[in-house]
Amino acid sequence: MAATLDVPVVRSGRKQRRRRATVVTTVLAVVAVCLFILTMMVGSYYVSPIDVVTSVLHLRDDPTTDFIVRDLRLPTAAAALAVGIALGISGIVFQKLLGNPLASPDFVGVSSGASLFAVSAIVIFNGSSTAISGSALVGALLSALLIYLLAWRDGISGYRFILIGIAVSEFMLSIVGYVISRAELYEAREAMTWLVGTVGQAGAGELRTLLVALVVIIPIALVLERPLRTLELGDDTAKALGSRVELNRLALIALSIILIGFATAVAGPIMFVALIAGPISQRLTGPSGGIMAAGMVGAIIVLGADLVAQQVLPTALPTGVVTGIVGAPYLIWLLATVNREGRGG
Amino acid sequence: MTSHDLRANNLTLGYADTDIVKGLDVQIPDGRITVIVGANACGKSTLLRGLARLLSPRGGEVILDGKSVQDMRSIDVAKVLGLLPQSPVAPDGISVGDLVGRGRYPHQGWFRRWSDEDDRAVAAALAATGTTDLEDRNIAELSGGQRQRVWVAMALAQDTDLLLLDEPTTFLDINHQVELLDLLTDLNRESGKTIVIVLHDLNLACRYADHIIAMKKGAILAEGAPKDVINAAVVTEVFGLACEVVPDPVSDTPMIVPRGRHHASPTVIETLA
Repeated sequence: MAATLDVPVVRSGRKQRRRRATVVTTVLAVVAVCLFILTMMVGSYYVSPIDVVTSVLHLRDDPTTDFIVRDLRLPTAAAALAVGIALGISGIVFQKLLGNPLASPDFVGVSSGASLFAVSAIVIFNGSSTAISGSALVGALLSALLIYLLAWRDGISGYRFILIGIAVSEFMLSIVGYVISRAELYEAREAMTWLVGTVGQAGAGELRTLLVALVVIIPIALVLERPLRTLELGDDTAKALGSRVELNRLALIALSIILIGFATAVAGPIMFVALIAGPISQRLTGPSGGIMAAGMVGAIIVLGADLVAQQVLPTALPTGVVTGIVGAPYLIWLLATVNREGRGG
Repeated sequence: MTSHDLRANNLTLGYADTDIVKGLDVQIPDGRITVIVGANACGKSTLLRGLARLLSPRGGEVILDGKSVQDMRSIDVAKVLGLLPQSPVAPDGISVGDLVGRGRYPHQGWFRRWSDEDDRAVAAALAATGTTDLEDRNIAELSGGQRQRVWVAMALAQDTDLLLLDEPTTFLDINHQVELLDLLTDLNRESGKTIVIVLHDLNLACRYADHIIAMKKGAILAEGAPKDVINAAVVTEVFGLACEVVPDPVSDTPMIVPRGRHHASPTVIETLA
């Protein structure tokens, strides 16, 4: 036991991990901003990056450019950026909280709840776009509450939450199917379009709400990231470390649900982004990486998917189609490897 | 090490609709190694979790330095009392340094993030457990024995005067069991840390305990120095096991030899009788 203290090893190890996380997060943020600008450059009329930036920042007035950039392209680009960040953070918080890469809110039925309410608003009540978004938000919150109550048994365990979440998801989706089957053709089409999810459908009001939510919630998320690091070690360890487990977990779940609720209200249930953003960012930053990196990966995915959907493919497609095509193989890979390693819980 | 007083008064603990520990009184001797033993489901882990306020009492209270732990801020309890649970969870791919560093949680705050003191505590914890060389390794790549030492290091980084461990030797082979218990004894002797361990192996418990607590059905059946309280009658009562108790040839502490239904040599049994 005559081991000597090796403080420098500890310090350099810690700094190295932190540096990697910071550098990766910064690079991801730069990539996201580049894609954000690129989205506003391309289309039927090309705008140079400098014109995009000066127009968005109101540094110069040029009616033609301003109309194209600020009025036509900025809302979609901003929606993609905000929705991506919201989905990425929402997903990684859930995954860390429940210690399972499958535990993303779009997988466990929160998005399905939003879908059911939004589709009902479209088909049954002929709601306005604000009403549809509002219903989606309420649906996300209610389904999350339902899952939380059903999964509660002296606390929340990962597996139980996921299985009940999947059941709730199926339940919601089956009602969605029923509602659509009863709809008029026009409404059914509108509902189906909403269900695929696209950042282009964002209304100005909903987008503003999402941006405000992000500005409020991101700082809270960064503060709660510290207790989240204890919750990752299991409830007993977290409690032994003096973390107020139930309070912190409830706050983190609420934050995650609100983010995905607002994101879904803006863009519909864009599948797989919340599921894959976290694991990708963790792979890049290392396991010491934070939730902002996941937010940036989410933004890159949504911006990238929107670019591909709008510009690369011969016909313009909703964003959700592209994320689905990329996300589904990942889910299959995830299910296969999680089972093999036997660490699903 | 400041001295501390951890005790339970008329403590009742349970899960769902069963009470596991019923009206129990206990005082943990300061600066000593206490080992809790008992048959499966006797409530020994439950008692440990209750003492570390992981479970809220259904009756009675746990008192730390004169104050009920339920009334204390969890962060203040965590500065004095640490616990290594039976099955802690390591996040995917986490490195040893990162994991052990998380033991510093109660000493950090919203504004005081990471200090030299934290680095020193982590370095000391790694050194004490002989895991300094593993600092940048992924937990998943380590052997069972190494992993358990890393978890102990995390609990040590918390730098508490009292350390509770719930069956820390469960998944270890005999060599690593002894190694870990030696390590805990070092910590106790060198720094005066009060240590409470739940153990399955009675012989190791008798050897390493300054104070042993034998539990049955949620109550304490016997407690004291192993030599004074562990005898064949007590073991039979606690575990329902017919056995002989002989002196451990190495430590002269009680050693339990089960009788079983087979393999008894007639000549030996005669001399015992």
